[in-house]
Amino acid sequence: MDSTAIIGTTNKKGQVITDPRVMMNDAPRTPSFFTGSEVIKEAVRRANVDVMVAYPITPQSEAAALCGELFAEGYIGDYFRGESEFAVMSQCAGAAFGGARVFTTTAGPGTMRAMENFPMWAGSRLPIQCIVTCRGINSPLSIQPDTIEIAYLMNTGMLVWHAETAQDFYDWILKGYIVSEEPDVHLPLALCCDGFFVTHTKDVVGLTPADMCLPPYDPYRSPVPCMDMECPPVRMMRDPFVMKSNYISYATHASWQQEVWAAAERSRKHTIAWLDGLIETEDVDADILIVSSGTAVSQGREAIRLLADEGIRVGLVKIKTLRPWPEEELLEATKHASHIIVPEFNAIGWMAKEIKATLPNSKRVVAGPRVCGGMTLPPEVIVEEVKKAIGMRSGVLAGRGG
Amino acid sequence: MSLDYVKFTPGFESFMPKEYRDMVEHGPFGKKTTVSQMGSFKEILEEHPMCAGCAMTLFIRLAIIAFPNPEDTITVGTAGCGRLAISQAAIPFVYGNYGDQNGVASGLSRGLRIRFGDKHKDVVVIAGDGGTADIGFQQVLHSWFRKERFTTIMLDNEVYGNTGGQESGMTTRGAVLKMAPLGKKFEKMDMVAMAKIAGCAYIATVVPNNPRRVESCIKKAVLIAREVGPTYIQAYTSCNIEYAIPTDQVMADAKTVEDDRYKFAEYVSEDAKAYLAERYGYKEFIQKPVAAVTTA
Repeated sequence: MDSTAIIGTTNKKGQVITDPRVMMNDAPRTPSFFTGSEVIKEAVRRANVDVMVAYPITPQSEAAALCGELFAEGYIGDYFRGESEFAVMSQCAGAAFGGARVFTTTAGPGTMRAMENFPMWAGSRLPIQCIVTCRGINSPLSIQPDTIEIAYLMNTGMLVWHAETAQDFYDWILKGYIVSEEPDVHLPLALCCDGFFVTHTKDVVGLTPADMCLPPYDPYRSPVPCMDMECPPVRMMRDPFVMKSNYISYATHASWQQEVWAAAERSRKHTIAWLDGLIETEDVDADILIVSSGTAVSQGREAIRLLADEGIRVGLVKIKTLRPWPEEELLEATKHASHIIVPEFNAIGWMAKEIKATLPNSKRVVAGPRVCGGMTLPPEVIVEEVKKAIGMRSGVLAGRGG
Repeated sequence: MSLDYVKFTPGFESFMPKEYRDMVEHGPFGKKTTVSQMGSFKEILEEHPMCAGCAMTLFIRLAIIAFPNPEDTITVGTAGCGRLAISQAAIPFVYGNYGDQNGVASGLSRGLRIRFGDKHKDVVVIAGDGGTADIGFQQVLHSWFRKERFTTIMLDNEVYGNTGGQESGMTTRGAVLKMAPLGKKFEKMDMVAMAKIAGCAYIATVVPNNPRRVESCIKKAVLIAREVGPTYIQAYTSCNIEYAIPTDQVMADAKTVEDDRYKFAEYVSEDAKAYLAERYGYKEFIQKPVAAVTTA
């Protein structure tokens, strides 16, 4: 199918199928005051989604239910509630195997319950988009913001992007489909945000016109045949070849796993074009840098402002994509820095570990401050960490035992 | 439309692998082949790594021959012996994760309906007793309660065969197997009753001894699943290895088990009967005209 031939025609709902470059870059934007959950709905409204499967878990339940309203309005082809996150992700896989554009959302323990599916999605090259509104995972029980689940997602073979703001979220849901459905990529995308901070707060977001939508998914652009019997009836199982000799089994699995990760790397060029780079930088000539992703970046910006008031110059690196990992970009952005502060919303500090593994002289990297289980990350805590790193006395926060 | 793909691209006939040429020239695609013609056509499933004397393999071959439109059929399965054969058939086979075959089939069936509208794409789940009644239980039951329109076939060998002979929920009480060193403590699960409670439109229990009956059940199940609702076939497909059945007695064992706990039974909902009669001309389900009332 010539995908350009459908530009300008309308979908079932009457939306004009628009060249994504026109829709995302040139079309007028209407400033709208929405919660993150409502922003998810508005992006999906314009994404020409065929199937969405929903399941309740805080803090993504509202977004998943709002997408149900889109289905009722006729913007989504099919929508239903699954019986658990594992079932939901299997149902998503089935729909994608059949050649549908698929959308779903999950969070925290749901992400963990669904986990068996994520490497399977990647290995089967299913370009499903899963919104992950991060929260704590058990135990002890927490429903509060915490990004620890991203550490697991980063090793599944999926593309993993981490939105900072509702505007990121809106744009990246739409751009995510464009990148992940490229024939040389064709991988699932975990589009993460910090639950509550992004989903449950209101922000002004520039929305593209509601009568424009992305071109529909074309399953024949997939690098592996879709399961519709419209392709030659050859042996096309997507199973490790366990019934063959061990050698063939090893070779098949090994080469395909490498291909999945290579596909994630190939997404780099598309992602750079659509997201305007894998990272965003401010004042990276400074001796001190704050480097992170998600809302930890927002708190970092506030800390930089507070430090500037005291005459301390600090630069910023916002990491947008965790897979592919912006290795070259980070090497370049941090080459002048003596102190690299990595604030995070999780106990294990996965971001600091990734950065330490990337940069020369990793002793520059300060793995903190870190909060978890729903604690907020006041800019003053980051300020204190910066001052500690550069050997300044800090009297900002009393009573921390130091 | 898909039949166009079961043809040679002009000029390429002689370059295609022999197996593919046989499939195009002597295969069942687009023809009405039946189990009574076995041996006279190229089967969709021929080569497989199953054990000698495996009743499950015979059943799978019969089931695939019975598919009403193999050129528009997709099978879904999970871990287990059956998958080793089904995945080598000349129709697409989807393997997702352990026990999620009915979830995958739910999405697949819906995705295909969105893409192809009124053109039927048959989705058939073929999984073992462990995959269906144990690890996949939740997704199986929920797919039935949701009235997902695809067929579920349980290959019931009453044991985890592929992993080396462990007890399953479908094992009969008292059987001594791995992980049941003192014998199974509870009864074989009544999945047929659960299928009925969950609202399956067609349910049948069969053994592979009677190929025509297997064929008839599979055909009805696949046709009904197109428009009426979920269908379930539970087939006794013994494991001659784990239950130490001599290969020459596999069919005799199936007969014994049929008489004991696997009597042929078929449930067809009223909607399904009407559908088969009206849409596919099944005479046995055509309603008899009410006899004219005569008065003396």
